[in-house]
Amino acid sequence: MSVESPYAWHRRLFEGRAAVFAITATLVAAIGGIAEIAPMYSATLGPKPMEGITPYTPLELAGRDIYVREGCYNCHSQWVRPFRDEVKRYGEWSRAGEYAYDRPFQLGSRRIGPDLMRVGVRLPSVAWHYEHLMDPRKVVPQSIMPRYPWLAEDRLDPEDVRASVATMKKLGVPYSDEDVAKVPEQIAEQGGAIANSLKESGIEVAPDSEMVAMIAYLTRLGVEGHQALAAREGDK
Amino acid sequence: MTATHPEPAGNAEAQGRAPSSVAYDDWIVKAFVVATLLWGFVGMLVGIYIALELPFWPANLDSPYLTFGRLRPLHTNAVIFAFAGNVLFAGIYHSMQRLLKTRMFSDALSQIHFWGWQLIIVAAAITLPLGLSQGKEYAELIWPLDIAVAVIWVVFAVNFFGTIAIRKVKHLYVAIWFYMSMVLTIAMLHIVNNLALPATLTRSYPIYAGMTDALVQWWYGHNAVGFLLTTPFLGLMYYYVPKTANRPIFSYRLSIIHFWALVFLYIWTGPHHLLWSGLPDWVQTLGVVFSVMLWAPSWAGMLNGLLTLRGAWTRLRNDPMIKLWVVALTFYGMSTFEGPLMSIRDVNSLSHFTDWTVGHTHSGALGWVGMAAFASVYYIVPDIWKKKLYSRDLINLHFWLGTAGIVLYVVPLWVAGITQGLMWKDLDASGNLVHGAFMDTVRVLLPLYWLRLLGGLLYLGGLVVMIYNLVKTVRGEAAEPAAVPAPAK
Repeated sequence: MSVESPYAWHRRLFEGRAAVFAITATLVAAIGGIAEIAPMYSATLGPKPMEGITPYTPLELAGRDIYVREGCYNCHSQWVRPFRDEVKRYGEWSRAGEYAYDRPFQLGSRRIGPDLMRVGVRLPSVAWHYEHLMDPRKVVPQSIMPRYPWLAEDRLDPEDVRASVATMKKLGVPYSDEDVAKVPEQIAEQGGAIANSLKESGIEVAPDSEMVAMIAYLTRLGVEGHQALAAREGDK
Repeated sequence: MTATHPEPAGNAEAQGRAPSSVAYDDWIVKAFVVATLLWGFVGMLVGIYIALELPFWPANLDSPYLTFGRLRPLHTNAVIFAFAGNVLFAGIYHSMQRLLKTRMFSDALSQIHFWGWQLIIVAAAITLPLGLSQGKEYAELIWPLDIAVAVIWVVFAVNFFGTIAIRKVKHLYVAIWFYMSMVLTIAMLHIVNNLALPATLTRSYPIYAGMTDALVQWWYGHNAVGFLLTTPFLGLMYYYVPKTANRPIFSYRLSIIHFWALVFLYIWTGPHHLLWSGLPDWVQTLGVVFSVMLWAPSWAGMLNGLLTLRGAWTRLRNDPMIKLWVVALTFYGMSTFEGPLMSIRDVNSLSHFTDWTVGHTHSGALGWVGMAAFASVYYIVPDIWKKKLYSRDLINLHFWLGTAGIVLYVVPLWVAGITQGLMWKDLDASGNLVHGAFMDTVRVLLPLYWLRLLGGLLYLGGLVVMIYNLVKTVRGEAAEPAAVPAPAK
């Protein structure tokens, strides 16, 4: 070429020098992520646990792991947006601080089924959840959700749950050493209570079944946040 | 004024020919092509299956391994990492050796890369139906597999940059820029998003919690779109469009501008997946603003591809491979217009959580990624097997099946998404929900789900036609000598 291209600088600087090109391209691509993510760790800019929100009990945590295993997030969100219709349908809109102990987050991206952020407030009945998980159409005619009967058969391994609680503790979730030590007792206690109230509805299910863990998780979803937000309203 | 690329990929078959001393490694390209077609078929078949489960729930056969919740991650991971991943590797190994006029840096690394990647895919196909999942979209693979992905990716990166280091051509053609940004950025995204503490051999918990985890995930998720499904496919476009059309790229200047703009802007856009959430408002706003800005460099890339065909428009009538590229670039343009639109807060308040999003994803995936992949493979197979393409009519059939399939897929999901979004928001005069029962807003979607299934079947049918055509090509007659131009002077 007889006339130098206005982009000759680009050719000289980058197009023959792979290392310079690669490093520059990486730095340019890194900027946005650093700018957006790093502030999440700042005390003033980042999300903080909301007052009144406690970590999941071992049984609830086991239920949450089942929720993740079954891929519930592929059809259900846990995220009420601040719109009149969503608040009417699902309850108080979601605050960042309510998710403080959620690892992994389960906000979801598609509502093939309804939002579950506050399903524990909307549907507190353990028997309802049992029937629904065994056969969704029994309580929601025309539902397109699969049946999950294996949850009633499969049992929890308390040592497996203990590993989860201990790992969460290492990640900074405020569990005490005693919480970790007493995982089997806690499962038996909370699971027994749920199994008992199911028995009152004529449902027999083992207190250490996955079904009971799942119900423990679902019926606690959004409850603490709802109560904390209601208390805030009361203060006004 | 219009400076052309110093390395015009088009207009010179000779350009792609090695100096007589260089023997390209074509085995590795063949292997990745075969893997592309195999996993493409499997991944799309799983997609068909879960598309059936929505309007017809008993299709899961009451099996824990076949529920929508467990199989959707298999579908998404298979089409993204197995189909799109393998075709990128095929195209990169094919084009970079020719652009840099050297064999790959290390055949051993190429082999490890190939077999390692396929093993990871097999492991994913086993673990995901078993419910072994991290529960983050497109990052479901459990931690031991994440480590395997990172190791294999590093093997690929060493081979990739090693090849660049031993290149015989000093200048790096634009396709290489796009490949480079993929290799480096995907490594960064994958590692950062998957940082987690293992609890057991198959379960781990992320080091991020709640909204921070969500932000990191969507920084990753959207840039898997950006740096796996966009930039390296643009790299393929920059190599195979000029090759196919036998013309140099339209504008060198545009390619510089849109490359740097894409690389800089894409990474900020993740928060548009979290609009109206508990994420701080300023982060959401950054996500919106950068998403809208991204429209410009996206269309610059589309135009640079389409305008490369200027003066060759008549071939749109009779060259099915040109048709595939035009429809791919057009869908790239459409989905990169739709994306910024959907990232605007008020549009998002309607579109989010609905099938509009699923339709948008598939107009990009089936339209852009799929069609660009097919067009590239149709170029690669006759080139490296040194065979004459069995049937151009079958490519034409594939083109029409694919295009009709996309339309039948995307349009019903637009209708479904907007319908459901409006029904959710519908309030009566006293401010109560008109459709209080959620199921009312699901029932109306079922006929549209059947149509979507039909669209998917057509698209998969197109792939089957392609596989048949390519098998016949490979088994068929050798390329006529006339198709191979005389060696470069």
